[in-house]
Amino acid sequence: MLELLCMIPFLPFAGFVILTLIGRRITDRLAALIGAGSVAISAIITFVVGYNFLVLPPAGHPYTQVLWTWMRIGSFTPCISFYLDPLSLIMILVVTFVGFLIHLYSVEFMKGEEGYSRFFAYMNLFVGSMLTLVLADNLVLLYLGWEGVGLCSYLLIGFWYKDPANGRAAIKAFVVTRVGDAAMAVGLFLLFTNLGTLNIQELMGLASQKWPIGSGIAAAAAVLLLGGAAGKSAQLPLQTWLPDAMAGPTPVSALIHAATMVTAGVYLIARTHVLFTLAPAVQTTVAITGAATLLLASISAITQRDIKRVLAYSTISQIGYMFLALGVGAWSAAIFHFMTHAFFKALLFLGAGAVIIGLDREHDMYKMGGLRKQLPVAFWTFLIGSASLSALPLVTAGFYSKDLILWQVWASDRGSILLCAGGVAGAFLTSVYTFRMLFLTFAGNATSQVTRKPGPLMKIPLITLAVLSLIAGLIDIPATLGNLPTLSEFLHSALPPVPMSHANPLIEGKLQFITSLLALVGIMFAYRIFLHSPQHTGRAEEIKRSPIATAIHCFLFQGWNFDLLYDKFIVQPFVRLARFNRGDFIDFIYTGIALFIRSFNRVLSFTQSGKVRWYAAGLAVGAVILIGIAEFL
Amino acid sequence: MEHGLILAGMLFCIGLAGVIVRRNIIFTLLSIEIMLNASGLAFVVAGSRWGQADGQIIFIFILAMAAAEVSVGLALLLQLYHKFKTLDSDTASRMRG
Repeated sequence: MLELLCMIPFLPFAGFVILTLIGRRITDRLAALIGAGSVAISAIITFVVGYNFLVLPPAGHPYTQVLWTWMRIGSFTPCISFYLDPLSLIMILVVTFVGFLIHLYSVEFMKGEEGYSRFFAYMNLFVGSMLTLVLADNLVLLYLGWEGVGLCSYLLIGFWYKDPANGRAAIKAFVVTRVGDAAMAVGLFLLFTNLGTLNIQELMGLASQKWPIGSGIAAAAAVLLLGGAAGKSAQLPLQTWLPDAMAGPTPVSALIHAATMVTAGVYLIARTHVLFTLAPAVQTTVAITGAATLLLASISAITQRDIKRVLAYSTISQIGYMFLALGVGAWSAAIFHFMTHAFFKALLFLGAGAVIIGLDREHDMYKMGGLRKQLPVAFWTFLIGSASLSALPLVTAGFYSKDLILWQVWASDRGSILLCAGGVAGAFLTSVYTFRMLFLTFAGNATSQVTRKPGPLMKIPLITLAVLSLIAGLIDIPATLGNLPTLSEFLHSALPPVPMSHANPLIEGKLQFITSLLALVGIMFAYRIFLHSPQHTGRAEEIKRSPIATAIHCFLFQGWNFDLLYDKFIVQPFVRLARFNRGDFIDFIYTGIALFIRSFNRVLSFTQSGKVRWYAAGLAVGAVILIGIAEFL
Repeated sequence: MEHGLILAGMLFCIGLAGVIVRRNIIFTLLSIEIMLNASGLAFVVAGSRWGQADGQIIFIFILAMAAAEVSVGLALLLQLYHKFKTLDSDTASRMRG
């Protein structure tokens, strides 16, 4: 049954091709059926393959399916081949299942939109590319999927292309991630020239044989791959595109910019973890990047007005947690957090989508409020998602994954107290911005009337994801609460366990207690500031009006003004250079040749007067010159 | 022998000057004839210098060619006059580059 593996990415691609070819001529109903159906079948096959993989002895043994040789250039022969191990199995399970739920949601969400079949065509292409990315057994095929998801991200951010702002956001996302992609491509070239193969497993084997720990080439390759990962996963310093990417339809944000594509960087680093182990300095950089990103993004999230931008900053910050985990060698914790994050963040986006469409495309949270009664399903599921994001203890999935990360950051030999403190502070900020969003949207007095309520196709994904956001954490129970790390053990054949030499289980319990307490304090804090006690709000207003506070607020609202920085130091100098070089210096040579030839032509055509006597004179002069040359030279 | 060549050279130059200076096409043809004969004279002189008949043979060739040239030239002249009602060769300059 494992041979069905190739059907998993193939079906969404088939859906894409069919929708592209006949999308204009079929009804919306059929387009939705093809679009969601192909992903649904793909999800079912994934479950079948996953089941077979689990029961196949020996458990956790990787399976490779070679379809054909892609190209043959000397010793470089990348194959179209898929590689299934515990890591890619978790990835395809999440991608197909969450992808299917979001497709189902989109069937209703996008109803009546122009370009309905185009939407599903792009979504299918995205799912296919994402599956190719995670199943690829060599880095070239992975790169194909990597660029494929980047393309779909561009197409879907700019889905409502009639508004130029959306087009600009799409271009920004594409260009900023391209910076990372270029670094990654150079990294692939470096790996190939040094090790002679791009097959991931061979590559990892060769790298650990040939390069000692701390070698320069390994560090260079790891840095370049980190560049690619940071671009795709919106980490510092390439995080600026993700908040603007919210211009796309909400299901797109849920699928691409929360659950799957943006975690491709996490997957890439986990997949090539050997390289990062060989370059401890780079691995520390990963951890620091993650910690810095999660703090910066979560502080920015507190100041946002647009509900989707809060979620976007939250996504950046949660991926920061995954990078933090990767940076201390807690590979499986990162994948665990990827999985729970995919569930609760997709849920939050879909819930936000229900609110936005219910209020006729209203994004501003300050214009919402009191929607608890009007949108009960959206409220309860959103509450569960928020609880999971804030990692409320014991009952939510986010608690288990975030706690595993924080504990391993503390306990790992690569970790440090400072990094762990960053993570804990982030946990507090997370619950503040999450519950600020929840209170502003759903609590308080009703200010606006809901015009459209979610139907069954929107409710089913919301409820399913809500259930998963509650129970998905139970597959990896920490030592303090029963010690059943099923997922970590399952992943250990693909990803090595965390190097822990000074682990102290007592501290784990304390850490869990502190994090949980901070999350609850954060909720209280959000409640006091943003919902309760008007005199408090009055004082807050007073503070808010002071110029310094306004400036700081503005600074944070713009996401630490990274856009301004890049605009000043990269975009504008480049534009100036381009304007300066408008004539193109290199072109001068060619226009010069053309000008010379034109003037020469003018001189020559002047001699062609049509007067026979001039020709005769020319002949005579020429003869005299020739004779002169023959005689005297 | 030098005198013969100098005479040929002078004749050639006179003919060339005629071709360049005169606008009347009949005179142009006449000047070309002078140039042809100048070169023919040079061949004959050179032939007598080396005591060989080749110079005279070439002169016969030149005569034959001159006859052909004149017939073509006169035909052109007639056409030119027919078309432009003048014998000025500069009027036929429509094909300038």
